[in-house]
Amino acid sequence: MATAPPLPGSATLTRDTGGSRLTISGDWTLAHYSDLQRRANELAGSIDTGIAIDIHQLGALDTSGAFVIAELLGSSRTQALAQDDALPPARRALLKTVGDAIDTYCTGVKQPREAGFVATLERIGKAMQGFWKQTAKLLAFIGITLQGFLATVWRPRRWRVTSLVSHIEQTGLDAVPILALLSFMVGCVVAFLGATALASYGASLFTVDLIGFAFLREFGVLLTAILLAGRTASAFTAQIGSMKAREEIDAIRTLGLDPVELLVLPRVLALVVALPLLTFLAMIAGIVGGGVVCMAVLKISPSMFLSMFQADISLTQFLVGIAKAPVFAFMIAVIGCMEGFKVSGSAQSVGEHTTSAVVQSIFVVILLDALAALFYMEMDW
Amino acid sequence: MTRETVIEVRGLVNRFGSQTVHENLDLDVYRGEIIGIVGGSGTGKSVLLRTIIGLVRPVAGEVRVFGEDLLALSDERRSQVERRFGVLFQSGALFSSLTVAENVALPLVEHAGLPRVDAQRLAGVKLALAGLPVDAGRKYPAQLSGGMIKRAALARALALDPEILFLDEPTAGLDPISAAAFDSLIVTLRNALGLTVFLVTHDLDTLYSTCDRVAVLSQRRVLAAAPIDEVARTDDAWVQAYFNGPRGRAAARVAHPGKD
Ligand SMILES: Nc1ncnc2c1ncn2[C@@H]1O[C@H](COP(=O)(O)OP(=O)(O)OP(=O)(O)O)[C@@H](O)[C@H]1O
Ligand SMILES: [Mg+2]
Repeated sequence: MATAPPLPGSATLTRDTGGSRLTISGDWTLAHYSDLQRRANELAGSIDTGIAIDIHQLGALDTSGAFVIAELLGSSRTQALAQDDALPPARRALLKTVGDAIDTYCTGVKQPREAGFVATLERIGKAMQGFWKQTAKLLAFIGITLQGFLATVWRPRRWRVTSLVSHIEQTGLDAVPILALLSFMVGCVVAFLGATALASYGASLFTVDLIGFAFLREFGVLLTAILLAGRTASAFTAQIGSMKAREEIDAIRTLGLDPVELLVLPRVLALVVALPLLTFLAMIAGIVGGGVVCMAVLKISPSMFLSMFQADISLTQFLVGIAKAPVFAFMIAVIGCMEGFKVSGSAQSVGEHTTSAVVQSIFVVILLDALAALFYMEMDW
Repeated sequence: MTRETVIEVRGLVNRFGSQTVHENLDLDVYRGEIIGIVGGSGTGKSVLLRTIIGLVRPVAGEVRVFGEDLLALSDERRSQVERRFGVLFQSGALFSSLTVAENVALPLVEHAGLPRVDAQRLAGVKLALAGLPVDAGRKYPAQLSGGMIKRAALARALALDPEILFLDEPTAGLDPISAAAFDSLIVTLRNALGLTVFLVTHDLDTLYSTCDRVAVLSQRRVLAAAPIDEVARTDDAWVQAYFNGPRGRAAARVAHPGKD
């Protein structure tokens, strides 16, 4: 629009006998916004009522520039300028639109932020309160899940078999390779550890027992649970959470369906089925890993390994370990689903709750495992 | 007056699986015009828009914006061209983890290089232009009503005062008063800034009150692209039903009082 080469916008104030005059010239566009804003702030105090405004050397003008002008001049002068026939109609319309927008909506509001000691105390208090609320919510959600389960278990027509099977595949079958590899490697590590530590007592043969006890009682189920807490609890939260964020959960409710029955039960049941099976697999893989190391390092042949295993390790060890699996599975799945339901609108919230689900489920798994160890010890199992 | 072409689509073919959405589609958009794109639901208006802005790679054909083929450009050049666009997506596509004001301020900080404080102030004005009160700026997108999401998305599209504004059904979900205010805002900005507006809409009032030309998408191509009265006379069953149906006649009566 401007014929002259583009000049950055400027505003100059001149005073003579007739009064003061504000000359606005050059390009008032986004590219020069910061400079223009600074200049406007400098001039802000010195714009008095009788001022004459010369806007004829104005180059390009966009909404950002119009905003600075409108703010500099104030509402009434902007409206007057928008009536000025000297300006092309398109410019006048722009000034008027921006001026109106500022008048209607921008009646400034600023909120003070409190900082310091009180805020810190407040955060601590909130965190404590949050922890208790969290625990109460978890218990409530467990109740809702069990209630949903009892309500559907007698009605085979309401079992979501397809969904259940698909979740068993995703949480169970798809985790087999990574879990087997992981347990195999931990088995190797434990065997190395045993071979080194027990050698000084001349008892390195008992490495076999160490592997057996470790994997049947603890490592098999613990490794599986921790892996699934990372892999499955997070997936559950993300799936349910993004449905929540997009109002799909609300849609399920308004269709007269029960989100717990539709979304939670299949996931919880799938994990309760899959985790014990995976635990069994992890035990086998860990023992095989240990066996391989025994063979390579301690020269214990597979048949000898097996006969020692059979002689020293009772079935109880296995039962004691695997009994924990369904409990862990239930807690992991419930926490994953519950965090999903707690998601609010944003993508960020999905991320936060996914993290929280993983942290919580690993915490709960280890806590329960510790309690179980105490209990088993007292019971002499 | 020779008209400068800013968007040039030639022989465009878009296909999803076995479904052909566009077949040999041609379209020109000239600088400074407001072109309305109409067509039944599912005729590929949104897909056309996404193809022009380079989000969908066409199976065949050529799309040039400012004379450049976006998909053939280096990332840096492409980003420079993309800065000259403002896009309002059909579903808003606001960033859910930022407040509304931050959504609008983002391009101002990233592309215009404004300090955050300035960007926030300017964002407030853009929101006001789009018809949102200031306190809406502090809300998150999930806390907005459907119409407010449209306005916030419009404010973000307008953030950089782009040369081409792509709007996908901007007035859907707005009350009639806001829709009319929206129409006049678009015309004001076009007149003042020389914007080119690519407007996908079903709103006949918007078509009559803002568009210089209307392109009808039907049977996988552009059936007609001309001023609205001319398009309304096109001999095609769908076009006739669209413009001369009860709603079309009502909108035309408002646009040309006295005639009918
Ligand atoms: N990513 C995709 N994959 C497969 N099909 C798609 C995809 N995107 C769009 N389509 C199909 O392309 C066709 C055109 O879709 P488009 O969204 O462009 O419709 P539209 O004209 O914008 O409709 P509306 O007015 O309802 O918004 C539809 O049949 C749609 O199913
Ligand atoms: Mg669409």
